[in-house]
Amino acid sequence: MNREPAAFTRREFVSGLTLASAALCAPAFLQRSALAMHESMHGLSSAPGIPEDRILVVVQLSGGNDGLNTVVPFGSPQYFKVRQNIAVQQREALALSGSDGIGLHPQMTGIREMYDNGMASVVQGVGYPNPNRSHFKSMDIWHTADTSATGDGWLGRYFDSECCGQGKGESGKAEQNAAQDSGQGSGQGGGMAAIAIGRTSPLAMQGRMVKPISFENEQLFRWSGKEIHNALSDPYERINRAGAAETVDTDSNAAYLMRTALDAQLSSDMIRKAVAVRPSVTYPGNDLGRQLMMVAAMIKAGLKTRVYYVTQGGFDTHAGQGGAQGRHGQLLGQFSSAVKAFYDDLKSQNNDGRVLTMSFSEFGRRVGQNASQGTDHGTAGPMFLFGPMLRPGVHGEHPSLTDLDDGDLKFRVDFREVYAGILEQWLKADAKKILEGSYRALDVLKKA
Amino acid sequence: MPSAISQPPAGQSAKSRTANMSPIKPQDFGYEQARHLLWRAGFGGTPQQIQTLASWGPTKAVDYLLSPEQVEFDKVKADLFDRDIMAPPTAEQRQMYREAQKAGDEDALAKVRLMRQERERLDRRQIAEVQKWWLKRMVESPRPLEEKMTLFWHGHFATSYRTIENSYHMFLQNELFRKHAVGKFDDLLHGIIRDPAMLAYLDNNDSRKGKPNENLAREIMELFALGIGAYGEKDIKEGARALTGYTFQDDAFQFQKNNHDDGPKTILGKSGKWDGDDFVKIILAQPACAMFIARKMYGFFAEELPPTERMSDRELPPAAGQAVRTMAGTLSKGWDLRETLRQLFLSEHFYSTRLMGQQIKSPTVLIVGAVRSLNAPARDLSILNDAMDLMGQNILFPPSVKGWEGGRSWINTSTMFVRQNILTYLLTGKKPVGYDATADMMKYDPMPLLDELKKADAAAAQDPGRVIDYLLKLCLGHNASYARQPLIEFVNSRGGSLTPDLVTGLLLLITAMPDYQLC
Repeated sequence: MNREPAAFTRREFVSGLTLASAALCAPAFLQRSALAMHESMHGLSSAPGIPEDRILVVVQLSGGNDGLNTVVPFGSPQYFKVRQNIAVQQREALALSGSDGIGLHPQMTGIREMYDNGMASVVQGVGYPNPNRSHFKSMDIWHTADTSATGDGWLGRYFDSECCGQGKGESGKAEQNAAQDSGQGSGQGGGMAAIAIGRTSPLAMQGRMVKPISFENEQLFRWSGKEIHNALSDPYERINRAGAAETVDTDSNAAYLMRTALDAQLSSDMIRKAVAVRPSVTYPGNDLGRQLMMVAAMIKAGLKTRVYYVTQGGFDTHAGQGGAQGRHGQLLGQFSSAVKAFYDDLKSQNNDGRVLTMSFSEFGRRVGQNASQGTDHGTAGPMFLFGPMLRPGVHGEHPSLTDLDDGDLKFRVDFREVYAGILEQWLKADAKKILEGSYRALDVLKKA
Repeated sequence: MPSAISQPPAGQSAKSRTANMSPIKPQDFGYEQARHLLWRAGFGGTPQQIQTLASWGPTKAVDYLLSPEQVEFDKVKADLFDRDIMAPPTAEQRQMYREAQKAGDEDALAKVRLMRQERERLDRRQIAEVQKWWLKRMVESPRPLEEKMTLFWHGHFATSYRTIENSYHMFLQNELFRKHAVGKFDDLLHGIIRDPAMLAYLDNNDSRKGKPNENLAREIMELFALGIGAYGEKDIKEGARALTGYTFQDDAFQFQKNNHDDGPKTILGKSGKWDGDDFVKIILAQPACAMFIARKMYGFFAEELPPTERMSDRELPPAAGQAVRTMAGTLSKGWDLRETLRQLFLSEHFYSTRLMGQQIKSPTVLIVGAVRSLNAPARDLSILNDAMDLMGQNILFPPSVKGWEGGRSWINTSTMFVRQNILTYLLTGKKPVGYDATADMMKYDPMPLLDELKKADAAAAQDPGRVIDYLLKLCLGHNASYARQPLIEFVNSRGGSLTPDLVTGLLLLITAMPDYQLC
């Protein structure tokens, strides 16, 4: 851990705000008391103009979102030439003030409204060198922030580094962590620092110490055996704890299962209580809307969660993707309306200033359409950032549609520059250490 | 400090840690080994089944499991499902549609669209039926390895209904996997490039001369047969040309000569006017192919290994590396899957502490295994199917062409609850969501599980401590000392007499233990 004078704020970070992260370093059985002890929160830092208790929400658009039909370069004749059947026309696109020749897909009215209100910004042409066109590989690259696509997730490393001063996982030898030193079982604990809505927990959030909590549906987030007979409750919890306390080989599957089971038990009650509260705004009926509604409820309930992760799938539009209308437009419309409702909800809670949201997709698509009126896997694409604290507008220039790399867009911004901006400016973390390299941090926040 | 879990089970010699591929000795094959074999080669076994296999000894037990065709079971009928739901429109229907378009007959056009939607709806209903049918077959089959291999191939040649939207084609592909379950890998690989579901899933039906679609060629090399690093981008491009014209008509493979690029190609250093089957032959002739398949099989049946791109074959732990190389050697001599598995299932290595009880059950293995090994009623297959989806394994809907990642990726705090709760459902009928009034009232009788214990010692079946030890060993494969005391106290607090309800309660607690997720 950092021992310079600045360490004080860092210490507050650990002991106060994301106390769940602190719990990660604490023996598993002290977590409950740790949760109780830290009812009163200290701020993340005293940086002026930045609200305390800041939260990052990541929206993953899975399948490779077609960036050219999301932020439409209607100023480029080439766009219409290579996308005869699927181009969005200039008159249809939602022009972005302060920018030339680009506009949002017509279904993205919610995001355009946010943009107009200084609540949304666009980072154009985001990618990385030697792009990989495999969904899995490219997704892993984004998740690990490493072009070899190996190691722990970038957010997992963020938590690890804040918590226990440890760097990247798998690639290095695990040090003995505090939990093991103290002779207790769980190195993972009941931390709620990271919550993912979804069936699988994203690699991005997997750290060495931190594993995200993830669930698709809060109704399934409890053991139903207790309801068969209440006499089962006590032995269930005793066995769960005894198993976790058992000093097992911490790398074994058995130890992993024990830690996860204990985490599940500890966090179940808190989360179910939080999401039972209905929102004060109406969300669209799509799945991303449902996920963001739960996130807003958890934020409202004051869960000590630093990062939430949600996912919208279906962007792998190889065939019949449509233009202004059609399947891809529908997806963008769902994305846009869900994010808009989310911020309306946060605003009504007076929490919007605490929440920065970032969207990404594993790659954009080819510049030209294919024979099936769709688009194949490509390279760079736009990212969106949401929140009132952002430097609004459009970052960077739209990638050229004529100066191509084997028919693909050349990226202008490395995605790790965006990560670095968020880590340094929003999360006040050591981006260089977490990303294991120096990246020019994108100026994501408004100047104070 | 080693724990009860990582300690070798009593009676097992220390040398099993360094066990190798030489055959296991009959005297080393007992209850634990038979139980392990049943879980890995199938979906677990009842106490009676475990005892039977143990008494047979390793050779007979493995022979039996490896010879599904010798065990009587329902033949799958081709007309089990409706093949015509998603049949393409007839020439007559297309003509009518064109005329309606020309005449601007909106009513007629709307009718056509409505009919289409109706058929899609019916087909979605049918795919749910196919899922349930397969799940039921896995639960009921007296040939568990046949279904386990079908599941393996489904994960390997992962194809999703979500993309192809044709339930009958998914059924046909499932049957292809079953047919080659323990057959020859080369036959299966030639079969897969003729399989309508695969051809549609990887867009080869759209691939034609001059406009080849690279998807199928790429995935055959990357995910189905060679692995990253064993080929170049150019091989994919040329392979895609070889596969042009490989498509299907209705439910059958069709080679469209007009769409096939019959020019010369160079694939993996071999030049000629290759077609799709030549492409497959060239791939099968690569030494990387047998290693790739052996490694995948080893990973599924023995122990999880990191993907090739994260750990090369040379970097594998020595015992695993040796096992994979031995299996690859067998595969490369005729692609015989049965012999390859026999080698693994009979090896000392397969029964080493490094492997036994260390695999995280896939959702399918968890559910099918629970029903089979505990003699539980399967209850509502739709609910089981939903639970599998929530646990991350919606069969016939794999998340991507890469299949399911497996191992720890199955486990997070939410799937942990689903895993525990589906066991509650199987044992009691209590649904994880909803009111008790909707509970399935079918009563589970746990008492037959104790028959083997009774047979050995009638008094033991009345002794809470011994019943608990027996059930722990059945469910977990070891005695889990840390759970024993709480379980004994639970029985005592309920009066100490082992009624069926109390035994069910014990099973609820044991199957909710994290270790129950291992096999």
